[in-house]
Amino acid sequence: MNFFFEVLIGGLLSGVMYALVALGFVMIYKASGVFNFAQGAMVYMAALSVVGCIEKGAPLWLAIILAFGIMTLFGIATEKFVLRKLVNQPPIALFMATIGLAFFIEGLAPMIFGSDPRALELGIVDEPIESVLENFNMVISKFDLVAAGVAAVLVTVLALFFQYTRVGRALRAVADDHQAALSIGIPLQHIWAIVWGVAGFVALVAGMMWGARNGVQFALTFTALKALPVLILGGFTSVPGAIVGGLIIGASEKLAEIYIPPVMQDLFGGNFGGIEGWFPYVLALLFLLVRPEGLFGEKHIDRV
Amino acid sequence: MLYREAGQFKTNYAADQQVFPIRQDRIGIIVLLAVAFLGVPMFASAYWFSAILIPFLIFALAALGLNILTGYAGQLSLGSAAFMAVGAYAAYNFQLRIEGIPIIVSFICGGLTAAGVGILFGLPSLRIKGFYLAVATLAAQFFIVWCLTKFPWLSNNSSSGVISTQQLIIFGHELTTPVEKYLLVLSIVVVMAMAAKNLVRSSTGRAWMAVRDMDVAASVIGIKLMPTKLLAFAISSFYCGVAGALYAFCYLGSVEPDGFSLDMSFRILFMIIIGGVGSIMGSFLGAAFILLLPIFLDVALPFFAELFGLPFSSATVSHIQILVFGALIMFFLIVEPHGLARLWQIAKEKLRLWPFPH
Amino acid sequence: MIKKFKPALAAAAVSLALFAQAQPVFAAEEQFFPVIGYRVGPYGANGQSFYGGFIDYLNYVNLKEKGVNGVMMTWEECETEYNNAKGVECYERLKGKAAKSAGPIHNMSTGISYALIDKSAQDKLPMAMMGYGRTDAVDGSVFPYAFPLVTTYQMQASAIVKFIKDKEGGNLAGKKIVYLYHDSAYGKEAIIAMEAEAALNKFTLVQIPVAHPGNEQGAQWLKIRQEKPDFVVFWGWGVMNQTALKAAQKVGFPREKMIGSWWTGSEEDVIPAGDAAKGYMAATWNVAGKQVPLIADIEKVVYGAGKGNLQDKAKIGTILYNRGVSAAVLSVEAIRKGQEKYGKGKALTGEQTRWALENLNITEARLKAIGATDLLPEIKTSCDNHEGSGKVKIQQWDGAKWVPVSGWIEGNKGLIHPLFQASAKQYAKEKGITPRDCSKEK
Repeated sequence: MNFFFEVLIGGLLSGVMYALVALGFVMIYKASGVFNFAQGAMVYMAALSVVGCIEKGAPLWLAIILAFGIMTLFGIATEKFVLRKLVNQPPIALFMATIGLAFFIEGLAPMIFGSDPRALELGIVDEPIESVLENFNMVISKFDLVAAGVAAVLVTVLALFFQYTRVGRALRAVADDHQAALSIGIPLQHIWAIVWGVAGFVALVAGMMWGARNGVQFALTFTALKALPVLILGGFTSVPGAIVGGLIIGASEKLAEIYIPPVMQDLFGGNFGGIEGWFPYVLALLFLLVRPEGLFGEKHIDRV
Repeated sequence: MLYREAGQFKTNYAADQQVFPIRQDRIGIIVLLAVAFLGVPMFASAYWFSAILIPFLIFALAALGLNILTGYAGQLSLGSAAFMAVGAYAAYNFQLRIEGIPIIVSFICGGLTAAGVGILFGLPSLRIKGFYLAVATLAAQFFIVWCLTKFPWLSNNSSSGVISTQQLIIFGHELTTPVEKYLLVLSIVVVMAMAAKNLVRSSTGRAWMAVRDMDVAASVIGIKLMPTKLLAFAISSFYCGVAGALYAFCYLGSVEPDGFSLDMSFRILFMIIIGGVGSIMGSFLGAAFILLLPIFLDVALPFFAELFGLPFSSATVSHIQILVFGALIMFFLIVEPHGLARLWQIAKEKLRLWPFPH
Repeated sequence: MIKKFKPALAAAAVSLALFAQAQPVFAAEEQFFPVIGYRVGPYGANGQSFYGGFIDYLNYVNLKEKGVNGVMMTWEECETEYNNAKGVECYERLKGKAAKSAGPIHNMSTGISYALIDKSAQDKLPMAMMGYGRTDAVDGSVFPYAFPLVTTYQMQASAIVKFIKDKEGGNLAGKKIVYLYHDSAYGKEAIIAMEAEAALNKFTLVQIPVAHPGNEQGAQWLKIRQEKPDFVVFWGWGVMNQTALKAAQKVGFPREKMIGSWWTGSEEDVIPAGDAAKGYMAATWNVAGKQVPLIADIEKVVYGAGKGNLQDKAKIGTILYNRGVSAAVLSVEAIRKGQEKYGKGKALTGEQTRWALENLNITEARLKAIGATDLLPEIKTSCDNHEGSGKVKIQQWDGAKWVPVSGWIEGNKGLIHPLFQASAKQYAKEKGITPRDCSKEK
C-alpha cells in the first residue's frame, strides 16, 4: 500500500509538469481558437534562450528576463507575420501553420544558441525529502514539490489576470465571440499579440522546470506529446481543466505503468512495460467517449 | 484557347458521367501515364527510382488515403503512419505464414487488415469531433507501434522487432531492379488512384462530403453517419495499409515499428495540406513537394552558401534546412491555403482564355 | 537537378567541410567517403561530435601525410536527421559517387543500418556499424558487406556482466540486476545476451522498458527502488540518459551501481544531468580525453591549419569526438590494408574496401604508430568474425570528465557468438542467401 501511494504521489507531481506545458496550449486556444502545435518547440526555445544567455555571461535572473523578452517578441512576430495573414482560414490551416512554426523554431533556436544538451541549474536539488523518507519510507522529490508550487502560483496569476485586469476581460470577451468583441471596440490583433506573449511566458516557465529536470535539449519539444492527452481530458479551453487533467493523466499513467504490464504478462507472456507512450491517449480517448468535450470544455451546440 | 471545352457535346449519359469529361484532360492523363510507364523508365537514373520516384508514389498513395478521410469525410487524423505500419507488418506475415500466397494478394490482405484496425480506431469519431478527434487518433499512432514492438509473433520473433521483407515475386519473376519495383508501385498506385477518383464521385463520396460540411445536416437528409464515417476510416486505412506494405517491400526492404513515427504521420498530413485538401491530384502534388523540398534544400543550400562565401558549418546548414522547411510551409499556407491543387485549378481557368484573356 | 548540381555539389561539400573556399586538390587519385550522418534533430548533438571527429581525422591524414600513399581522402556529407527514409535517400544520392571508390559508410543509426543492409550488399558498398546496427552481421558468411566493427551490444552486455561479476568477487549467484532499456530495436538487442548471462551466472534479471523518448521515468525508478537491485544495467539514448540519472537521484539510487551502454556514456549524456551523474559508470570502446597523442596532434595540425570541422572546439577529446576519430582511424587503416593488396597509390572500390575490412589486423604496435595507444582496442577481423574485438572499457564520470576504471574487458564470446550465427542463419533462410564458405576466404 505504501508503494501504491508513493507511485500515486509521484504521478500527481509528474502530472503537474504536464499541466505546465498544457497551460500554454490552453492560453492560445482559448483566445484565438488556434491549436498551437508549436508550443513544445516554444518550450524548447525558451529554455534554450535561458541557458544561452547564461552562457554569454548573464546571471540567472537577467537571463530569465532576456528570455522572456525573446519569447514575447517572438510571439508578437508570429502573430503579426503568420497568424494575422491566416485570419478566416479553416482551423486546420492554422493548425498546420503552427506545425510549420514548430519546424521553424527547431531550426532557429539551436542555430542561435547551439544544440548541445546543457544543464540548467535553478539551485533546487532533485532529491527525496529525508523526513518523509525516514518516517513513511516514501520518496517525494523536493524538485517536484517546487514545481507544483510554481504551477500553483502560475495558475493563480493567470486566473487573476483573466478575472480582474482590463486586458483579461478583453481576452475573455474575444474568447467568447470574436465578432462581438470586435464590434464593441476590442482591438483583436492587439489582444492576440498579448495572448502569444503570455503563451511565451508559460512556455518559459515550463521550459525552465523541464530543462532543470532533464537537461535543456531538443527532446524538450516532446513535452508537447505529454501535454496533448492532458488537453483533451481537461478540455482545450479550460485553465483548471489543464491542471486537473494533468493530475489525472500523471497519476493514472504511473499507476498503469506499474500495475498493468504484470497483468498482461500473465495473459500473453513476454514483457509489456513501456506503456506510458500510449496509455494517456487511450485513457483520454475512453474518457472522451463519455464526455466528448473534455472535463471542463465548453459544450458544443450544433446549429443547422 | 488550349483548354476549352466548347464544342464538346455530350450526347448520352455515359459520356456525361465519365471520369474526365473534358477531352484535354483525357489526353493529358494518357500522356502522363505514357510518360510514367514508358518515358521515365527510359531516362531516369537508379537514384531517381529508388530515392525519389518510388517513395513519391508510395507517399502519394498514403496521402491519398488520408485525403479520403480528412479531405472528403472531414475527419482529421494524425495516425496515418501507424496504419501504414499495420499494412506493412500484415503483408509480411501473410507472405510468411501462408505458403505460396502471391505478393499482390499479400498487399491487399495487408490493406484489409489496416482497414479493420482503421474501423476500430474510427469508432470514437462517432462521438468526438475536430481537434479532440485528431488528438484521439494519436492513440492509434502510439498504441499500434507499441503493439508491433511488444508481440514478437508479429515480427516473426525477431529480437529487435525489425522485419526484413521477402522477395518480390510476381508470376514467377523476381523483381530486383529499381525500375521493376517502380513499375509495380506505379501500377498499383494508378489503379488505386483511379478507384479513388471514381469513389469520390459516387454516392459514397457525396455522402462523405455532406458529412464533412455539416454532419448534423447530413444526418437530417438521411445519410447514416455511422456507416459513412466508418467506411471513410476503412477505405482510408486500406490505402494507407497498401502504401505501408509497398513502403516495406518496394522501398526500404526492412522496417522497424519505430520507423512509422508520428513524424511520418505529420509528413503525410503536410502533403495533403500543401497539395490540397479534398483533391486526388493534390495528394500527388503535395507528396512531390514535401519529398522534394528537403532534398532540394540539401543540395541547394551548400551551393548558395558557397556562392556567397558564407561561412556555414555543416550543422548550421542542417539547421537552416529545417528552418526554411518550416518557413516555406507557413508561407505556402498564407499564400495559398487551398494548396497546390487550387493553383492548378486557377491555371486551368487561365488556360481556358489564354492567350486572349479578353 | 541533381545532375546539374553535381560539380557544384562536390565543391560545395569540400568547402563546407573546410569552412572556407574549396581548394584545388592536385592528387590524381581520391578515396571517396560517403558520409551519411546527422547534425540536427533529436540526436543532432551526438552526430556533431562524431562526424566532426570523423572528418577531422580524414583531413588530418590529408594534411599530415598527403593522404594514404598519395591518395587523398574526399567525402560528401548528407543529412539524415536520424530518419530512416532520409537515410535511404542519402545513400542513393551518394551511391553514384561511390561507384568508383568508396570507404566504409558510417551512418550511426540502427534503423538506417537495417534499411541499407540489403542495398549495400547489392551495390557492393561496405557498411561499418561501429557499436550499432545489425549485430548478427558478425557472421560475415551471410553478411559480406556489413561490419559491426569493434564490438556489439550483446558482447558489450556480456562484458558489463563480467565487470560486475569481478566487482562482486567473482560470483553473481543470487544477485539481482535490473536491465533498464529504451523500448526499441536498440534497447531490445541486448536482452538475449542478458538472459543468457543470467542463466549462466544464476542472477535474477528484471527487465524494465522505457517508452520513447524516455523523458518520464518516475514509475520505472520507483519500481527499481521496490526491487532493490544490486546493479542497474542501463540502455538509454538521447534524453532518456539524463532523465534516468536525475530520476535515480530522485529515488536515492546510488549512481555507482548504474552501468550504461556506450550510447549512454558521453559528455552530452551526463553534463545536462549535473551533479546527479557523479559516480555513474558506462561502457565504451574508445576513451575520452586529449591525452591520447593522436587527438592532441589532430587539434594541432587540423585546427592549426584552420580546417577543423567543429564549430565548438571544446568538443575535441570528448567521447563521441574520439569515437568519430576511432571510426575514421579504422576506415583509413582499411584503406591502407587494401592498397597493400590492390596497389599502392590507388583508390579502392567498395568491393576492395570490403576485403580490407575483412582482413584488418590492427595491433597494439600499429595503434602506437598512429598515436592511438589505448584509444581503441586491438582489432583483427576475418570472414566469420566481422566484429574483430568484442572488448570494452568501463569508465566513470567524476563530475568533470570520464575516467577509465577498468582495462579492456572481453565479452563471453563462446556464449554470445553462437547466438549471432543462429540469427544470421535464419536471416539467410528467409532471404534465400547461400552463405559463403569462410574456410575458403582469404
